[in-house]
Amino acid sequence: MKPLNGGRLLAHVILLMAALFTLFPFFWMVSVSLMTVEDMALFPPPLTPVHPTLKHYQVLFDELAMGRYLLNSTLIAAGVTMSSLFINSMAGYAFAKLHFRGRDGLFRLLLAMMVIPSQAAMLPLFLMIKQLGLINTYAGIIIPGMSSVFGIFLIRQYLKSVPDSLLDAARIDGAGEFRIYRSLILPLSKPVLVSLAVFTFMGSWNDFMWPLIILTQEDRYTLPVALANLMGEHVQDPQLMMAGAVLTILPVVLLFLLLQRYYLEGLVAGGVKD
Amino acid sequence: MMRMRRPSAAFWLVLPAMLLMGVFFVLPIVASLLLSFTDFDLYALARWDHLRLIGFENYRHLFTDPLFFRALTNTFYFVALGAPLSILASLFFALLINQRMVCGQGFFRTVFFLPVVTTLVAVAVVWRYLYHPRSGLLNYVLSLLGIEPMDWLGDPDWAMPSLIIMAVWKNFGFNMVIFIAGLKSIPRRLYEAAEVDGAGAFDQFRSITLPLLAPTFVFVVIVTLIGYFQLFAEPYVMTQGGPSGRTLSIALLMFEEGFRWWNLGYAAAISFVLFLIILSGTLIQMCVRRLL
Amino acid sequence: MAQRLTNLMLKLWRGSLVAFLVGVLGFLGCSSEPQDTPLSFWVLGGEGEAVRLLVEAFQQETPDVRVVVQQIPWSAAHEKLLTAYAGDAMPDVFQLGNTWVPEFDALGAVEPLMLSAREKEDFFSGILDSSTVHGRLMAMPWYIDTRLLFYRRDLLLAAGFEAPPTSWSEWLLMMESLRDRTSGQFKALIAPLSEWQLPVILGMQSGASLLDAEGCFGRFQAASFRAAFHFYIELYEKGFSALMGDAQMTSLYQDFADGRIAFYVTGPWNIGEFHRRLPPSLEGVWATAVMPGPTGPGASLAGGSSLAVSASSRHKEKALALVEFMARPQSLLTLYHATGDLPPKRSVWSDPLLLASPPLKAFRRQLDRVIATPKVPEWEQIASKIVLYAERSARHEMTEEEALLGLDRDVDRLLSKRRWLLSGACDQGRAP
Repeated sequence: MKPLNGGRLLAHVILLMAALFTLFPFFWMVSVSLMTVEDMALFPPPLTPVHPTLKHYQVLFDELAMGRYLLNSTLIAAGVTMSSLFINSMAGYAFAKLHFRGRDGLFRLLLAMMVIPSQAAMLPLFLMIKQLGLINTYAGIIIPGMSSVFGIFLIRQYLKSVPDSLLDAARIDGAGEFRIYRSLILPLSKPVLVSLAVFTFMGSWNDFMWPLIILTQEDRYTLPVALANLMGEHVQDPQLMMAGAVLTILPVVLLFLLLQRYYLEGLVAGGVKD
Repeated sequence: MMRMRRPSAAFWLVLPAMLLMGVFFVLPIVASLLLSFTDFDLYALARWDHLRLIGFENYRHLFTDPLFFRALTNTFYFVALGAPLSILASLFFALLINQRMVCGQGFFRTVFFLPVVTTLVAVAVVWRYLYHPRSGLLNYVLSLLGIEPMDWLGDPDWAMPSLIIMAVWKNFGFNMVIFIAGLKSIPRRLYEAAEVDGAGAFDQFRSITLPLLAPTFVFVVIVTLIGYFQLFAEPYVMTQGGPSGRTLSIALLMFEEGFRWWNLGYAAAISFVLFLIILSGTLIQMCVRRLL
Repeated sequence: MAQRLTNLMLKLWRGSLVAFLVGVLGFLGCSSEPQDTPLSFWVLGGEGEAVRLLVEAFQQETPDVRVVVQQIPWSAAHEKLLTAYAGDAMPDVFQLGNTWVPEFDALGAVEPLMLSAREKEDFFSGILDSSTVHGRLMAMPWYIDTRLLFYRRDLLLAAGFEAPPTSWSEWLLMMESLRDRTSGQFKALIAPLSEWQLPVILGMQSGASLLDAEGCFGRFQAASFRAAFHFYIELYEKGFSALMGDAQMTSLYQDFADGRIAFYVTGPWNIGEFHRRLPPSLEGVWATAVMPGPTGPGASLAGGSSLAVSASSRHKEKALALVEFMARPQSLLTLYHATGDLPPKRSVWSDPLLLASPPLKAFRRQLDRVIATPKVPEWEQIASKIVLYAERSARHEMTEEEALLGLDRDVDRLLSKRRWLLSGACDQGRAP
C-alpha cells in the first residue's frame, strides 16, 4: 500500500465526486419514482421519499400496459440479437479465414459504410418496409437490424487470432466449411459472441428513432417509444415517468453489470486493435 | 478440388449478411439519392402521378431555407462544443483512472460507463426534471450558491448547452474505456526508461503518452464526430427543437420534414447533406492521421 | 462464473433461435387474418376514460363488434395519424382536429359521411362547416374546441375592474394595471410561444384572411394581420406574458391557483381541469369571457374535434355505426359530463346542466362568433411556421416586418405543390 500523499488524495476526491455526479441522476430517478404526490410538493425537494410507495409502478402495469411494452422490447431485442449473432458470425468467419475473390476489397467497402449515418437510408427504407407490409410489426424492426458491419468486424478481428493450423487439421479430417463453422468456430468464439450479443441486445433495446417511425400502434410500442409517448401525455406526473424510466433502464443496467467484461472487451476490440 | 470448394462455402457464408445489407442499407441509400431529386410528398403518397422530378430544386431550396441554416448552425455548435468537451473529459478520467496509485479502478470504470448503456429517452426524463425551472434540483443547488434560477431548456441561449451537458454526461464513459485500453497498450518500460532519464510527469505525458495515444485519439475523434453529428433523440425528447428552433439539429429537421410532414424528397436532400458533412469530417480526420 | 454464463448464453441462444424463427414465421403468417379483427379506434388527448365508457355502451348495443381504443397525446397526434396513413396502418375510426380535415380529405384517407338535413341543422353551422370539404362532410363533429378568455375575477377586482375586457384596448389597460400593481413572478397572461392559436385568432379578429381566396399564397403581410401580429408581439414586449414554451406549462394549474396568472386564452377542456385541479376555494373566483376583439367582443376559432372513418377500413359499416353512436346526443352528454368537452349539437345545449354552468355561458356566446382557418391541406404546416416566426420575433431574433416577410415566403413555398395541382385556379399570381 502506497502512502496517502496529497496527489493521491486529490485524485481520489476528484474521482469520487465525478462518480457521485454520474450516479446522481440514477439515484434521483429511483428516488422520485417512489415518492408520493405530497413528497413532490415539498420544497426543497427531499432527496429520498418521505412516504415511499410503489403505487406508480402499479399504475404503469395496471393502467398503462407496461408489461406489454416490456415484452415487445424483449422480443425485438432478442430477435435482433439472435439473428445477428448467426448471420454476422458466418460472414465474420468467411472474412477472417476463407480466401475468396474480392474479399479484402469488399471488407474495406463495408468498413467505409460505417461512416454513412443510418438516417440517410431511413426514408426509402420506410417505403420499402411499407411495401413489404411490415409497418407496425416486429419484423419491420428486426430484419433491417439483422446484420451489422460492426458485428462482422468484431468476429473477424477475433477469429484472425485463431491459428490456421487448427482449421487445416479439421479440413484434412474431411470437415466441410459449414461443419468447421458449426463445431469449431462457434465454440471457439464464445467470448466474442457474448460481447456481440450484449452489444446488439443493448443497441436494439435503446434504439429509438426507427421503432418510433415503424411502430404505429400502441400494443407494439417498445419501452423507449412508450416512454416518449408517456412524456407527452403525463407531463404533470413526474413520478410516473420516473418509474417508467427505471423499468426501461433496469434490464440493460443489469445485463451490463453482469457481463461488462465481455461488453468492454468487445468495445475495445472494435476500437483499438484496427 | 479444395480450391473449388472453398470459395463456394465462403460465398454461402457471406451471402446472408451481404444480401441483408445490400437490400436494407445500400439500396435505400441509392434510393435516397434518387428521392432527393423528386418532390415526393403527401400528395405523391396519395397518388403516384403527383410525383415530379425536380432536379436540384430541393438542394437549391435547402440553402435558402432559414430553418436548415439554423439546424446546420445548431448541429455544428453541438459538435464543436460537445465533442471536445466529451473527449477531454474522457481523456482526463482515463488518465486519472489509469494511475497505478488509484484503487478501485474497475469500480470507477463501471460507474462512468453506466450512462452509456442506458436508454436515452429514460435518462432524458430525469434530466428534463433536473432542469425544470421551478422544481428542478439544479436550480435549487444554484439558489444555495446565491445564483438566480435559470430556465435551462426554455432559454434560447442555454437550451443547447443544457443538451450538451447531458450528452457529455451520457457519452464520456465510452471514449474513456477506449482511452484506457490505449493507455494500457503503451509498454510500461518506456515510462521506466524515461524516469531513469529524469523526465518529469508532464514530460512523460508529452513525449510518450500523447504520441503513442495518437491513433486511439484519431479513432475516438472520428467515432465521436460521427455520433455527435447525428444528434436526434436529445432534442426530440427534451426540447422538440425549441426554443425558437435553437436546438433543432439536422437529423431532427430531417425527421420532421420526412416523418412529420412527409416531404420525403426534401428530407432525403437533408439526409444527404448530413451524410456529406460526416463523410468530409471523417476524411479530414483520416488525412490528419496520415500526417501523424 | 463468467464461463458458466457464456455457456448458458450459448445454450439459450441455440434454443431460442429455433423458437424465434418459428415465432417470426407464425407472426408473419397470422398478421393478415380478416375474420373477427376488432375495430380500431384512435382518440386524442385526455378523453380516454370517457371514451371507454362510451365504447362499453356501444358494445352492449352491438355485441358482435369488438372495439380497441388507443389513446394518443395531442402533441403527437397529427404526426402519428400521417405516419399511419403513410404506412397503410390507419385505424378504422379516428378522431382528428377539424383543421386537419382538408388534409386527410386531399389524401383520400377519409370516407365521406351522410347526414340528413335535419341532423345537419342540429349542428352549429360554423363547426359543421369546418369538417366539410368541397360540400361533402368528411368527418363527424364530436366536440367544440373554440378558445376564449379564462380569468381570475378577484385579481381584476383588486385592480379595480368589475368586468372582463371586451376589447383589445380594455384588455391592454387591465394587463398594464395588473403588471404595475404586482412584481416578481406574476404575469398578467400566460401565452405559450409554442401555440399558433392566439396569433391566428387575433389575426382573424382583425379580418385577416391569412391566405388568398384560393389558398394559393400567404397573405401574412396584409395590413390586418400586421396589426394583429403587432398586438401579439406587444404582449411579450410589455412584459404581460413571459417568453415561454411548453416546459413551463407543467406548473400551469399551480400558477393559476397561486394567483401568478390572471388571464389565459384556452379551450373548454380546461373547464374540467380547472374544476379538478384548482382548490375548491377558487370555485367562482375564476371565470370565462368572450374573446376581446379589436373594437368589441371578438371572434375565435371554429376549432374542434371530429370523428372520421378511414377510407381504407375493412369494416366501414361497423365503423360508421360507431361514429353514429358517438355523435348521438346522449353520448355527447356523457362526454361532456366526463371531460367538459362541448357538444357541437344545439339540442344537447338545452340540457339543464349545460345551461346552469357559469363558465359555459361565455362559450355559448362565443359560438356565435367563430371563424374557420383556411381549408388547405397544408394548414398544419403553415401553423407550425406561424409559431416559428412569432416566437423569433417575440424573442427579438427578427423584427415583425422580417418575420412576416419570412412567413409569407415560407408559406408560399409550402403551397407551391398545391398551386401546381390547382394549376388554373392560381394564375392571378403573387400581387397582393
